[in-house]
Amino acid sequence: MTYQHPLSKYVRVDRMPHIFCPGCGCGQIMNVMLQAVDELKRDINKIVFVGGVGCNSRQVCWINGYAMHGLHGRAFAWATGIVLANPELKVIVLTGDGDCAAIGGNHFIHSARRNIDMTVVVCNNFNYGMTGGQAAPTTPLGIHTTTTPFGNYENPFDLCELAKAAGATYVSRWSTLTYPQLFRSFKKGIERKGFSFIEVLSACPTNYGRRELKSSDPLVNMNNIKEITITEKKASKLSPEELKGKIILGDFYEVEKPTFYEEYKKLIEPARKKFKKI
Amino acid sequence: MEEEKKYLLSPGNYFMMGNEAIVEGALYAGCRFFAAYPITPASEIGERMSTRMLQVGGVFIQMEDELGSISSLIGASFAGKKAMTATSDVGFSLMQEGLSYGVNCEVPLVVVNVQRTRGFIHSAHADVMQARWGPTGDHQMIVLIASSVQELFDLQIEAFNLSEQYRNPVILLTEEMTAHMREKLTIPPIEEIKIVNRKKPTVPPEKYLPYAADESGVPPMSTFGDGYNVLYTMNPHDERGYNVWSAEIYDKLVRRISNKIKRDADRIFRYKVDFLDDSEVLVISYGVTARSALEAVRRAREKGKRAGHIKLNTLWPSAERTIRELTQRAKKVIVPEMNMGQYVLEIERIVKREIISLTKTTGYPFSAQEIFEEIERVL
Repeated sequence: MTYQHPLSKYVRVDRMPHIFCPGCGCGQIMNVMLQAVDELKRDINKIVFVGGVGCNSRQVCWINGYAMHGLHGRAFAWATGIVLANPELKVIVLTGDGDCAAIGGNHFIHSARRNIDMTVVVCNNFNYGMTGGQAAPTTPLGIHTTTTPFGNYENPFDLCELAKAAGATYVSRWSTLTYPQLFRSFKKGIERKGFSFIEVLSACPTNYGRRELKSSDPLVNMNNIKEITITEKKASKLSPEELKGKIILGDFYEVEKPTFYEEYKKLIEPARKKFKKI
Repeated sequence: MEEEKKYLLSPGNYFMMGNEAIVEGALYAGCRFFAAYPITPASEIGERMSTRMLQVGGVFIQMEDELGSISSLIGASFAGKKAMTATSDVGFSLMQEGLSYGVNCEVPLVVVNVQRTRGFIHSAHADVMQARWGPTGDHQMIVLIASSVQELFDLQIEAFNLSEQYRNPVILLTEEMTAHMREKLTIPPIEEIKIVNRKKPTVPPEKYLPYAADESGVPPMSTFGDGYNVLYTMNPHDERGYNVWSAEIYDKLVRRISNKIKRDADRIFRYKVDFLDDSEVLVISYGVTARSALEAVRRAREKGKRAGHIKLNTLWPSAERTIRELTQRAKKVIVPEMNMGQYVLEIERIVKREIISLTKTTGYPFSAQEIFEEIERVL
């Protein structure tokens, strides 16, 4: 008997294997996300998977649904066009720290501000994995990358704070090691209306690991994620000194607000009343 | 759809600004998605769209920049809407990235570029070459240019039709002068307006190859949500849409995308000739220049000089065969342009004759007298 993976119906099996390195978090994100889609019984034909450029964005190429890929940073703007052209569609944006916060930063904050109905999954692996491990807008201070050989001297973004300030209506951060929380977060992000932002901290053994941890061993890299993260609940009991260098995980924020399209369509009737046929 | 048609302007005569005619032409063409970033002298297009899109049941969104504008058009087009943006100058430069995606993934969409001089808002035709060669990679671009408010309306419909037919972005060029000009516009009866819509797949999803084309070179296009589940990637892709590297597949893809347009160049060519038959001197012009050029040729004719005029409404792809035929009998060709001489390079390439390039970069259009004097000088 041939074994079939329970998620294979959502995957372009004919083009396996994928390109992710051993220990990379992108495959885990894809796995959890598709499980969420499956559990919610969402029709994959009514979802569009959108990725710009980068490792996490690349996973849309293996999903057996409508997908867009290949312009760095523009995933949010594509998603805006898709969801406004057909509000019945669910759009899931798969992006990375560079795609989302550097080259796509402007589209990111404005999609959040407008509360465009999309689920955003950012894989934050603290560096540009696909291009060889350069420093990213999320690289913590002091970290060694191929462009910060003496340690990073640029302040990193806190993507969740940024998303919240920009107007996201759901913000959470987990890691590829906090599987149940991530699963719950994905389900919530996909189910709800509005701009849902989920940051997933992930290992990048090939690039981040080799330069900073001096190891591309998946376990060493995953343990590092475990060591540098702490849940919101545990963090609340620690002093700022004790929290130094730690990244807090949790469901940070949720608020109900009308989406862009919900507000927009209210104006159709008033505009039509102004129309004068000559 | 019938409900939406109630909100189109009635057929008849109007006194209208060029930028407004662009909007009304787009709505007639079936455009239901507009995204743009404000830029003078294209801003009136977005301003009018903000009301008109609501009325016809479409979407207007003012994006955060031109990169976002063109990208949102791509998403909207895949989701089944006819989509357009309007920009100028540096805004057009920012859109070249999205246009390259549009070419490679074969996305129908329309970009209006109201050309201007830098900083101070006067007229220029300085983007003729950028419109052709702006996007990265091998490609063909369909570029139309209007010289009156009426032509802006007509060519806007044409632009959408061509983009749907060839699954390629189409650029409609104009310049500040025509875009801000107010003159007569006649909207014909709706049944006289020809509308082209993209080909849809006719085979079931499991048999559909999104990048397999018939002899036209244009593959049928599915719509997000219809179950065909296509992967669109700018990376080299095979007929399934999968990003794979194969020298042979890549070569085939690039050639098909270019050839589907290149081989139809003479069919895409829109132009008008005046006094062509016996002319010894031919003026070839486009945009607002064509108005002065035609007047100059008329003056020359009044003085018994054998001058003729070709007005170009399609700049790209250049119709080599047709242009060669039209210019066969002329001894000299004058190409007046509101730039340092851009399209004259293409005319020189096609027409092996004495070509006179007349350039003007003052922000003001040519007067008929300036072109007339040149005709007198060379005849």
